[in-house]
Amino acid sequence: MSNDLQTKQFHTEIVGNNQGSAAQMNEVKSGPRIIDPVFTLEDVSVSYGKYVAVTDVNLQIPSNDITAFIGPSGCGKSTLIRTLNRTNDLIPGASVAGKVMYHDADLYDSKASAVEIRRRIGMVFQKPNPFPKSIYENVAFGPKVNGRPKKSELDEIVEKSLRGAALWDEVKDRLGASALGLSGGQQQRLCIARSLAVQPEVILMDEPCSALDPIATLRIEELMMELKKEYTIVIVTHNMQQAARVSTYTAYFVTEVNPLGDLRTGKLVEYDETKKIFSTPSDPRTEAYVTGKMG
Amino acid sequence: MSQTISLKSRLSPRRTLIDGAFRFFLYLSIFISLGMIFWIVSSLWNEAGWLLSWDLLTNYPSYDIDNAGFQSPLVGSLWVVGIATLVALPTGLLTALYLEEFAGKGNKFSRLIELNIQNLAGVPAVVFGLIGLAFIVRGFVKWGFTVGSAAAVIAMLMLPVIIIVSREAIRAVPPSYREGALALGATPWQAVWRLVLPSAIPGTATGSILAVSRAIGESAPLLLLGALSFVTFNPTGLDSPFTIMPLTIFKYASDSREEFQILASAGSLILMAVLFILNLIAIILRDIATRKRNV
Amino acid sequence: MGEVKVGHKSVLLSPSPHLSRRLNTQRVARYTMLLATTMSVIVTVGIVASLFPTAVRTMITIGTQIIGISWAPLFEPPEYGILPLFTGTIFIVAIAMLVAVPVGLAAAIFLSDYATFNLRRVVKPILEILAGIPTVVLGLFGLYVVNPLYVEKYWPIGEPLAYSALGAGFVTGILIVPIIASVADDALSAVPRAMREAAYALGATRREVASKVVFNAGLSGVVAALILAFARAFGETTIALMVAGSYPKFTANPGDPMMSLSAFIGFAGIGDAEVGSNAYNTIFLIGAILFLITLIFNIVGNRIIAKYREAYE
Repeated sequence: MSNDLQTKQFHTEIVGNNQGSAAQMNEVKSGPRIIDPVFTLEDVSVSYGKYVAVTDVNLQIPSNDITAFIGPSGCGKSTLIRTLNRTNDLIPGASVAGKVMYHDADLYDSKASAVEIRRRIGMVFQKPNPFPKSIYENVAFGPKVNGRPKKSELDEIVEKSLRGAALWDEVKDRLGASALGLSGGQQQRLCIARSLAVQPEVILMDEPCSALDPIATLRIEELMMELKKEYTIVIVTHNMQQAARVSTYTAYFVTEVNPLGDLRTGKLVEYDETKKIFSTPSDPRTEAYVTGKMG
Repeated sequence: MSQTISLKSRLSPRRTLIDGAFRFFLYLSIFISLGMIFWIVSSLWNEAGWLLSWDLLTNYPSYDIDNAGFQSPLVGSLWVVGIATLVALPTGLLTALYLEEFAGKGNKFSRLIELNIQNLAGVPAVVFGLIGLAFIVRGFVKWGFTVGSAAAVIAMLMLPVIIIVSREAIRAVPPSYREGALALGATPWQAVWRLVLPSAIPGTATGSILAVSRAIGESAPLLLLGALSFVTFNPTGLDSPFTIMPLTIFKYASDSREEFQILASAGSLILMAVLFILNLIAIILRDIATRKRNV
Repeated sequence: MGEVKVGHKSVLLSPSPHLSRRLNTQRVARYTMLLATTMSVIVTVGIVASLFPTAVRTMITIGTQIIGISWAPLFEPPEYGILPLFTGTIFIVAIAMLVAVPVGLAAAIFLSDYATFNLRRVVKPILEILAGIPTVVLGLFGLYVVNPLYVEKYWPIGEPLAYSALGAGFVTGILIVPIIASVADDALSAVPRAMREAAYALGATRREVASKVVFNAGLSGVVAALILAFARAFGETTIALMVAGSYPKFTANPGDPMMSLSAFIGFAGIGDAEVGSNAYNTIFLIGAILFLITLIFNIVGNRIIAKYREAYE
């Protein structure tokens, strides 16, 4: 299904913060202008009850590329990535304002099915969360819940997905073994394989390496570079070097504290090409963060 | 050169003494509570251990000690508690699943149900006999003093206990399983049915077995439901008259003649043996459950 | 470079046929679960509906006669003074608490702060077995062992008979030791380890940590354990009936036979109480009283537990 994506040409055009016509600025308030974006966020705010986790986000996420969300703790970057496949729905009291468009479809349209959305937009979590089943069954879980594949098809999907996640060679002789016996890095790659098995277009990664050692982290990063040929990846990370290493675009968020000091709200400060964010950011706050003066 | 430091205890004699006395008191208390079991079982054994034989299980209740046994009450208990479990276990499990997975935490409806279940669990058992008497034996069901009436009452008694233990087992399933499954496009019900429920089974089973063993030993509510009689035949269906182990023991015990004391004690030994085996199964299951979780 | 377009690719996020089928399954499952959930409500409604109409009617007929010291509703002329049932219940419950509180709390402290992991793994299941001893067996033990061998022999006041509140209280105490031990142990084990470590770091001994720091921190849960155990003892029927007898004596001597509220239900409800008979009416009245009192204690106890859970989670 992603072949057409792979061959498709796409190009981006950078719009400086003060350049461009007023009409364009109304559409997208900050960041690079992206042709044929996968996600378009317009004035997005996410709240939990009365508490506003992140507010006024406008950005577009390109396809077949890696976009990183960075910023200090509590800046709402994890909250935001969870709105991209409606994982936030699961938290009582969570609500989304503004528009979250996936291609031409509104993710929060009343007719949109969260289940369908999550099938198309996969997610890899902070802590590897393999199911208490065999390696094979972990990968087969998604195809099984989404249809009734034949055994031969399933075998094929499992192998392809494990190869895709660069795990096949390590586990091909023990597919029946419990997934809980794998190392942390292997478990995380298994979780990636698991999401590949349902053929998503997008993979969201919420700090996928924060529980891993440096070597396992490196392997995941290599894998991400490989995966972006076929998939759109959005990653939340605390690790700025990681963002610099893997991503093409970076969005930097900050935490704003209200005058009373009891409410924290995340805000998007700057969204641009990663190389620009890490070399010549336009906002002094971004500069302070990426050069290590704060956060 | 180096300073000499003594790490020997420098507690005042008084403090040492109190500490020791406290420790002694704790061990004594544990010894007493565990000793109670030994005391009870050994006094039953002294009274009736010699009487135990296969005949005691196969004979029917009788005033003639040489021919008296517990077949019909054993079978009666099996019928009543068996049917009650068949009703209460699925009902309780489904309720627990609903409350934990679907009702939404903290809303008024689930809080009301929760409060109701907690208080239902604390209602004295004998009160369940009264509702049975008013509505099931007489009232609009008019089932009379039958296995069916008794099973209905015992099911009501078991229901809150099974809900509470199942909820605990379900709550112990890591939320990451659910998140992982949903991120693959599973419906919430698929996540529950394929992942949460299988993971919760050992815990639910442990709690349910303990609830069953409690129900087998229950006597008070069935006092009101006509189980207190010598029934010298096994039940054949829901409309059969019946008796149960605890009330046959009660019946023997209300006669002050020596041989009935012995019969009551012998019945108690049988009942305790049944419950001990059930407890053992529950303990083994729980061991499996905790070991699984710690892999 | 013209206008910005929001996505060229057209996607449809409404459910596919296969997903619609799955969502239908979910809907059916949901309704089934909801149906199961209403069962527990129906049971509660059933209890209230079965108890209270008869209870209120009976109460109106009895009126102020209920404040009296002679309870004999099954005799001619009937007497409805309920006080003996209350004193009987209170004596049995008080003796049970006297026996069970120190032992149960000590067991809880032992489990939470003294026992090694392995010892805990052995002791907890054994306490569960103690909790699982049927009340009829405990009643037998009271009737055949505690009453004749101890109460009758050693109780100094009055002339002890085969039945005694003392014996019933003692045996009920055995019944509630595991309840106190396990609920209080839950509360004490929930006290954060950091609190223990802080106290140890100041040079406190194990006893001081357990009895001063942990016990105080877990106090609300301990209180809840006592309340729930109290409610359980209060509603216990079989033991009271077998060991304390079925004679509602108004007395202050625990060595005497007494009758508790619940024992009366068991006593008068045995056999076929005719609808509308005095036996039938009074057991529903006593049942309603029993239900209300235990309800209050359970609500209080559970609320305390919910509070401390909130505090630590």
